[in-house]
Amino acid sequence: MAHGPSKNFFNRWLFSTNHKDIGTLYLWFSFAMFLLGGAFAMVIRAELFQPGMQLIKPEFFNQMTTMHGLVMVFGAIMPAFVGLANWMIPMMIGAPDMALPRMNNLSFWILPFAFAILVSTLFMEGGGPNFGWTFYAPLSTTYAPDTVNYFIFGVHIMGASSIMGSINIIATVMNMRAPGMTYMKMPLFVWTWVITAFLLVAVMPVLAGAVTMMLMDINFGTSFFDAAGGGDPVLFQHVFWFFGHPEVYIIILPAFGVVSQIIPTFSRKPLFGYSSMVYATASIAFLSFIVWAHHMFTVGMPIAGELYFMYATMLIAVPTGVKVFNWVTTMYKGALTFETPMLFSIAFVILFTFGGFTGMMLSIAAADTQYHDTYFVVAHFHYVMVAGAVFSGTAAVYYWLPKWCGRMYDETMGKLQFWIAFIAFNITFMPQHFLGLAGMPRRYSDYGLQFADWNMVSSIGAFMYGGAQLLFLYNVIRTIGWGKPISDPKVWEGAEGLEWTVPTPAPFHTFSTPPVVK
Amino acid sequence: MSTEGSYYVPEQSKLPLLAALGIGTMAFGAASWVIEGGTSTVFLIGTAIMAAVMYKWWSVVIEENTQGIVSDQLKYSYVLGMYWFIFSELMFFVCFFGSLFYVRVLVGPWIGGEAAIGLFDDTPTDAAIANATHLWSGYDATWPPLVTPDQAVNAGAAKFIGPQEAMSFPGWTQMLSWLPLWNTIVLITSSGTVHVAHHALKEGNRKKFVRWLGLTVLLGVFFLFLQAEEYIHAYQELGLTLDSGIYGTTFFLLTGFHGAHVTLGTIMLLIAFLRGLKGHFSESDHFGFEAAAWYWHFVDVIWIGLFIIVYVLG
Repeated sequence: MAHGPSKNFFNRWLFSTNHKDIGTLYLWFSFAMFLLGGAFAMVIRAELFQPGMQLIKPEFFNQMTTMHGLVMVFGAIMPAFVGLANWMIPMMIGAPDMALPRMNNLSFWILPFAFAILVSTLFMEGGGPNFGWTFYAPLSTTYAPDTVNYFIFGVHIMGASSIMGSINIIATVMNMRAPGMTYMKMPLFVWTWVITAFLLVAVMPVLAGAVTMMLMDINFGTSFFDAAGGGDPVLFQHVFWFFGHPEVYIIILPAFGVVSQIIPTFSRKPLFGYSSMVYATASIAFLSFIVWAHHMFTVGMPIAGELYFMYATMLIAVPTGVKVFNWVTTMYKGALTFETPMLFSIAFVILFTFGGFTGMMLSIAAADTQYHDTYFVVAHFHYVMVAGAVFSGTAAVYYWLPKWCGRMYDETMGKLQFWIAFIAFNITFMPQHFLGLAGMPRRYSDYGLQFADWNMVSSIGAFMYGGAQLLFLYNVIRTIGWGKPISDPKVWEGAEGLEWTVPTPAPFHTFSTPPVVK
Repeated sequence: MSTEGSYYVPEQSKLPLLAALGIGTMAFGAASWVIEGGTSTVFLIGTAIMAAVMYKWWSVVIEENTQGIVSDQLKYSYVLGMYWFIFSELMFFVCFFGSLFYVRVLVGPWIGGEAAIGLFDDTPTDAAIANATHLWSGYDATWPPLVTPDQAVNAGAAKFIGPQEAMSFPGWTQMLSWLPLWNTIVLITSSGTVHVAHHALKEGNRKKFVRWLGLTVLLGVFFLFLQAEEYIHAYQELGLTLDSGIYGTTFFLLTGFHGAHVTLGTIMLLIAFLRGLKGHFSESDHFGFEAAAWYWHFVDVIWIGLFIIVYVLG
């Protein structure tokens, strides 16, 4: 294992057992899915540019909203963070590789098959999934096209991939830390990921259960989601959101981890309140299991349920507030510089907090009756998903790319991308708050004339935001191919941690003998 | 925590990609199979690929272990892998137990018009009354539900026809002819025999190990046989089927997935048994067997949950 990567292309990329190569595969796959999901979003925004049906049929519009959500959540954001975990966790804890390298490659290679199955449904008779990414029964059972079965099995194997990937991360963190690397010395990215992995192992099987019940109801005559047999469609929503709410923290916790690495570096100060960050992350993870029905305030729950889920949800603001406070306090009196990763991270803190506040508005059961299933919700979760997860993922790539490939990206172009993305993001999603509060429902292919202006603004922003991603792709390829070579192990002046002690670019194998951490 | 210098990182391997190919083919094949007019061909091809890959993969792992390149640290990675795999399996069952709780405790009274306003006020809610008057009039929410809401409204034209009889506790007098009790006895005994086998192996008594492990496998097979008998009885004599409303739904899904896990566990123990016959496993190094034993205890625990909730309190 002392030698470098295989010279044979297939040997290296198809049969890999190397955490860095597998991490790279994850990252490229997720970016491809990001562009595909983005293309679906562009179709949605083009159709909504003006009222009336312009370009596509309503049936296809439904498939686009569904596939956009599924591809972005399961194909783009989650694999992107798994890719970062693969690259960084072994280097951050001083391990030679992931604990189970072959299973690592298996978790990756399931994904292309899963998404090939999912996307192929678009070309089948009856079209792709058209019931929204939350696939509520009976839309996804009684009224679904036959292709829903491909969706079901696609989700099954995606879940298997996630479970294996998470078990690998847990085993790596619990078993492979260098001597002296105690739990409370681990970088925060490692902490957030190990907690995320725990969430994944706990809730992916529940998602598998949900789609299994769908499969049985559709094909084998059971009545989980059919009141005629004594079941209940609302049962689907409970099961789905018992998975779905932890899922949103699965997406955002690694993003917290990334930002907690970047802000101290460019503030040239250690992270403020390290241990409170760890406890806050764990608290958020715990709370995520007991708040799921706040997605269902309008479904007709008993008042006691409404109240409980409302108050429990509001509790999440406490650990989240701790985190935001710590990031801001880390920057306070720091020697700040504003390189691209830092810009994205600061934007993350501001916009994620904004998305958190609209989340607080939505958590009020009585008010949610008004906001539910409107564009206000769409705006809210795009503030946390895009300005949260995607911004921090972008920040992470700019932050670690020089370490990975030994070449510096073009700072001007990075900043240009940031400002276009930041402005375009707000042009896209800020007006959706107004649309939602004015009563525009989500997932509709057409709308009343009173919503026309803000929809047009939102669409223009969306196209700009899409363009910024092409700039990102160009910038990354340019860096890898023609960027200015660098060799300082510590790429950033203020960076701390084991990953900055290995040479730049990071060699194929790092820490074959574990380092000793003081 | 890492203490020694060399953690074994395997060479490139074709197995993961082939496994993904097998899994992908199985998924695609399963979907096209369940759609009306579909065939099982693609699914079976996927299964064959998967079976071949799994055989090869485990051979490689066993080979690595026999060569002694597997350090204690790597072994602990396998141990952690198994712990968390079992935890994920547990969560899968939590999903189905939770669903049973929900339909049984909450949905029934909502459809039947009895759901109370609050904990201390048992006046039915307006929604429950509306359900019972307009949607499912005549439905009486009881558990086990022998008449489905569909039947209450549509009588003979109903799609979901409830069973004539449920699988619940038949009373003390008929207890000895109650199959689930024997199933429980068989499974708990098998958990005991696998424990005896484990201790025999730790003491280096290989003969005893193989004998008790073989007995465990037989008990596993016997359990599955009894379970099959019970299903046949349910389908042929009780009218208890997948289509017989929420009782049949939850009953077959919970016991069925448990049965599937018993099948998997039996195969794992059988492989450990065959390996034992070939002289694999030593007193201190036998994780292949230990993992199967843990899994076996896990399906046993799930069964006890099922026995209490689905059968005794069913």
